[in-house]
Amino acid sequence: MLSGGDMVIRALQDEGIEHVFGYPGGAALHIYDAIFRQDIVKHILVRHEQAAAHAADGYSRATDRVGTVLVTSGPGATNTITGIATAYTDSIPMVVISAQVATDKIGEDAFQETDMVGVSRPVVKHSFLIKHASEIPLAIKQAYYIASTGRPGPVVVDIPKDCTDPAHKFEYEYPKKVKLRSYVPVDRGHSGQIKKAVQMLLDAKRPVIYAGGGVIQGGSSALLVALAKALNYPVTNTLMGLGSFPASDRQFIGMLGMHGTFEANTTMHHADVILAVGARFDDRVTNTPGKFCPSAKFIHIDIDPASISKTITADVPIVGAVDSVLTEMLALLKDTKESPDAEAINDWWSQINEWRARHGIYTESRYNTDGNMIMPQDAIKALHEATGGDAYVTSDVGQHQMFAAQYYLFDKPRRWINSGGLGTMGFGIPAAMGVQMAERDAVVACVTGEGSVQMCIQELSTLKQYNLPIKIICLNNQALGMVKQWQDMVYDGRYSEIHYEESLPDFVKLAEAYGHVGIRVTKKEELKAKMEECFSLKDRVVFMDIMVDPSEHVYPMLVAPNGSMRDMWLSKTERT
Amino acid sequence: MRRIISVLMENAPGALSRVVGLFSQRGYNIESLTVAPTEDDTLSRLTLTTIGNDHKIEQITKNLNKLVDVVKLVDLTEGAHIERELMLIKVKATGSLRAEIKRNVDIFRGQIVDVTSTVYTVQVTGTSDKLDAFVHAIGEAAVLEVVRSGVSGIGRGEKILSL
Ligand SMILES: Cc1ncc(C[n+]2csc(CCOP(=O)(O)OP(=O)(O)O)c2C)c(N)n1
Ligand SMILES: [Mg+2]
Repeated sequence: MLSGGDMVIRALQDEGIEHVFGYPGGAALHIYDAIFRQDIVKHILVRHEQAAAHAADGYSRATDRVGTVLVTSGPGATNTITGIATAYTDSIPMVVISAQVATDKIGEDAFQETDMVGVSRPVVKHSFLIKHASEIPLAIKQAYYIASTGRPGPVVVDIPKDCTDPAHKFEYEYPKKVKLRSYVPVDRGHSGQIKKAVQMLLDAKRPVIYAGGGVIQGGSSALLVALAKALNYPVTNTLMGLGSFPASDRQFIGMLGMHGTFEANTTMHHADVILAVGARFDDRVTNTPGKFCPSAKFIHIDIDPASISKTITADVPIVGAVDSVLTEMLALLKDTKESPDAEAINDWWSQINEWRARHGIYTESRYNTDGNMIMPQDAIKALHEATGGDAYVTSDVGQHQMFAAQYYLFDKPRRWINSGGLGTMGFGIPAAMGVQMAERDAVVACVTGEGSVQMCIQELSTLKQYNLPIKIICLNNQALGMVKQWQDMVYDGRYSEIHYEESLPDFVKLAEAYGHVGIRVTKKEELKAKMEECFSLKDRVVFMDIMVDPSEHVYPMLVAPNGSMRDMWLSKTERT
Repeated sequence: MRRIISVLMENAPGALSRVVGLFSQRGYNIESLTVAPTEDDTLSRLTLTTIGNDHKIEQITKNLNKLVDVVKLVDLTEGAHIERELMLIKVKATGSLRAEIKRNVDIFRGQIVDVTSTVYTVQVTGTSDKLDAFVHAIGEAAVLEVVRSGVSGIGRGEKILSL
């Protein structure tokens, strides 16, 4: 017999949950007392509930475990919303347990009452409102099951205080398995469709594989590599898919979309067959849908039927788990006597290589390297070098994020951790915190800007408390750079509200005030050495405040509105 | 095109708000909506009518299916089906109008379910078009109040929507 409060924690133990990111409060007191009386589930006390959600999110992204959040009712619950929405948009599994006012107070505008199930509804995969303590074990089991299967996503379990009352005990049994008649995630794809897809791929003259975050979430990177190798076709990744195919591989043509490489976007535009795997034709990729890849036929593999033919109509839709579909495709390729049209593919590669040579950012530096200022791209290259390209890199949102995506060549899945879909500034530090909690021995860097970093900077304190020695790489351009870039390009340089005047804190002193190390880099010549110094301080949090060229833009950049994928700005003055 | 989508879903708290929320969140419109428990009280049957092109309807049904509470659904308009809506309508009924209204009620196979010296309350069932036609026949000037149940529907013949 257990009380509801004890059931919550026992259920987490039985689910194998090791870490919970959270913050206590009135309605959650019974649950927190249950935490106190055990030491299996470890609680990480954040400094703001938004950070708890981002940390759990980072924890999920870096591993195949499910990040867990525990917060109190009212403001505690609503503070998690941005974090939940961030996870939802990127299909990241997460379970959020929110305390609620007592059942008999619900609807009375009680102290710290908000309708959490209602407030979170548009940004969760599912939610539960507990009516009786005895429902807790099953709801928690179902929450983890729903969060982590099918197209993953966040699930909220809202628990009224009376349901956790230590005075009332009930039978406890944690279900071993769950089955829901109304929720049956697909696994295998349709064999006929898969056959059709393989044939279409074999017949292609100008093919490209366009792989997204679904490949990473679906644990299918190795299969993707095997398929690409079997066919010798070029591979591009979405912002969410980086690392699903090794960036250092010859067949990798870079990220596509808004700030994708010239060769990736141009290859897409001219392709005759596009294999989309775990990607969703997001508007940052397609630019103008009516002008998107005019000569292509689309094969679209996704676990979520609603993602298929949403913005771009698929010629061969395949609803299924990426791993099982790719496995079947590989088996078919192995069995068939047919092989790709070697001559056509050869010509295609010559064309792609010509594009690479012409404007590729990896064949030579396309930014100004002559000046005295530190270029943000060079800061990312230095980061890559200092970490051997093997760090977990979280990021915030802005130019620094795009530079990191472009220049930290990710060779492994789950290493690039960013808020791609929602674009949440403030994600970087707490996400890194979650990654470091999951992977205690890993090197974890957070690439950020002086704007974003201030949105969850309070977590410097949490990092201290739990000895989470992440490295914060702040590309300080003294402005909301990405907004500034748009104001340069679209608003004739009318800089509306993107500067902080003289108000930026001294980040070195700030880091020191929190008990960390702060390093400022102002000179180009010192960049490399200071970056190495930063990563030599293995047990410390280091805040690298790197003063970069404040006038730099991110290129390539798709021309919008009304542009196709081959319409790009390549520099401030050069257009395709 | 107008579609009638019939949904079998868990009779669980919050289920209805998730369906309605989906429509507002994704900018789909709901023309009418009815919902009530079925013979199995763990299940509710929800019928909604909406307007959209094939692409939109496909997205609507896919997204409805994605809701964890939704067990099964069918677009009734894809096949032969029976559609019914119930209307209670209060009309001015004085003098020579009384006979006129009575005639119309008979033609539309409605029933006068309540009477005062100046007002008839009429019940009509049928397709939404038929109810519209009745209102039109009575003439707007005579109509005092209209209550419609929204559309319910069921497939014809052997086809059933069940677990
Ligand atoms: C929470 C939030 N608010 C606003 C924005 C809009 N936004 C996108 S990038 C950006 C500027 C970010 O500045 P900084 O962190 O300094 O990065 P930089 O672009 O300068 O590298 C802003 C305001 C956002 N993405 N997230
Ligand atoms: Mg900045």
